[in-house]
Amino acid sequence: MTPLLVVAFLLVAAGATVVVLTREPGRQAVTLSVYGVLLTLLFVLLQAPDVALSQVAVGSAVVPLMVLLAVRKVRGGKR
Amino acid sequence: MSLLPYLVAGWLLLIGCFGVVRSRGLVHTVVCVAVAQSGTYVLLLSIGFQYGASAPVQGAPGPVVDPVMQALTLTDIVVSATVTALLLALVIQIAKRTGTVDPDQLDELRG
Amino acid sequence: MTRSARWIVFWLGAGGVGTLIVLALLRMPSFGGLVHPYRDLAVPAAVGRSSPNIVSSINFDQRALDTLGEETILLGSVVGAATLLRPSKDEQELLDRDEGRVLEATKLLGYLLLPVTLIVGADVVFHGHLTPGGGFQGGVVLATAVHLLYVAGSYRLLRRLRPKSWYQVAEAVAAGAFVVLGLVGLLLTGAFLANVFPHGVLGDLFSAGTVFFLNAAVGAEVTSGVVVLLSAFLAQALSVREVS
Repeated sequence: MTPLLVVAFLLVAAGATVVVLTREPGRQAVTLSVYGVLLTLLFVLLQAPDVALSQVAVGSAVVPLMVLLAVRKVRGGKR
Repeated sequence: MSLLPYLVAGWLLLIGCFGVVRSRGLVHTVVCVAVAQSGTYVLLLSIGFQYGASAPVQGAPGPVVDPVMQALTLTDIVVSATVTALLLALVIQIAKRTGTVDPDQLDELRG
Repeated sequence: MTRSARWIVFWLGAGGVGTLIVLALLRMPSFGGLVHPYRDLAVPAAVGRSSPNIVSSINFDQRALDTLGEETILLGSVVGAATLLRPSKDEQELLDRDEGRVLEATKLLGYLLLPVTLIVGADVVFHGHLTPGGGFQGGVVLATAVHLLYVAGSYRLLRRLRPKSWYQVAEAVAAGAFVVLGLVGLLLTGAFLANVFPHGVLGDLFSAGTVFFLNAAVGAEVTSGVVVLLSAFLAQALSVREVS
């Protein structure tokens, strides 16, 4: 196993842990986006350009945006 | 060392479930579910990987990695994204109806 | 369930699942190994039908029925989310007069990136059978492109350029087109979603038979689906307010 792959796998594991341990959902949208980029890097290294493309579009842009909007709505409702 | 990819996939699943249990807000819960599902991407792509093989786009010489696993992962990502959207919509609806997204408070409301 | 009871259940379950995962891993084929029976069957099938991007060939030809299922999940979730996010009786859409201030540079960047992103998205959709990408990835890029207008600070302009009903119709039509293409295959060869169109020359834009058309249909469906989703979330977060 190449060192680069080992680093990518460990980064993904660490990234997921950070996302889960981020309590504040607004900030979680940001860590989720970073986690999406880390997954994309891993997928590129695993020779999966198709998967990497959809991961970067969905995992680091669309889903975090929806999370952010949901957080904003949920907070606005409390006020 | 060759077990690392699979262990990472298992870790993603378990840490996602851990987050769901620890969660004090439903938006947080939904994100943790998405993290748990991302373990399956890592598992599938790791199964399909081969050292020295290139991406499954014709034109490169030599062997390619398993394209079937990549197609499965692609489907997986789409399903994960749409389910996350549906769950977030449910959370917004719950927040409107009850005024809270804390699972413990929701339990108390139900009595 | 109390919090402590929930934790006990979690640790028991996690311990069990973790043990099972490790036991299963020990008998897995080793990472990066040479044995990939599915690959050995899928690659010749894809090349035989003039589809250099083998992943696209699998998604839209060899496993096209699964993709139909996936698109149905997409359609179902979009319909479900859009229904849940519809403004209810005691809510109303109110648009603020003041849209807030956006840096001129950000605005310019938003407007400049819009056409570029649209072209890239269309390129990714229509070359899906040749290069990495396809209807799904390109569709998401296209939907994101439309929402650059929001980054550029013009939520009103975005709403005008984005008549929601068109996208809702487009979504349904594209999903229907997928089924119709499948039925064409059924009529001509007796197999649902069979690759019936001429395969063309390997590497041409119009090649790989139905893969090209299914890619376009999925591209349209994903674009409109994501636009409908994002617009519902944006409306809830920005303009829908309770009136009492």
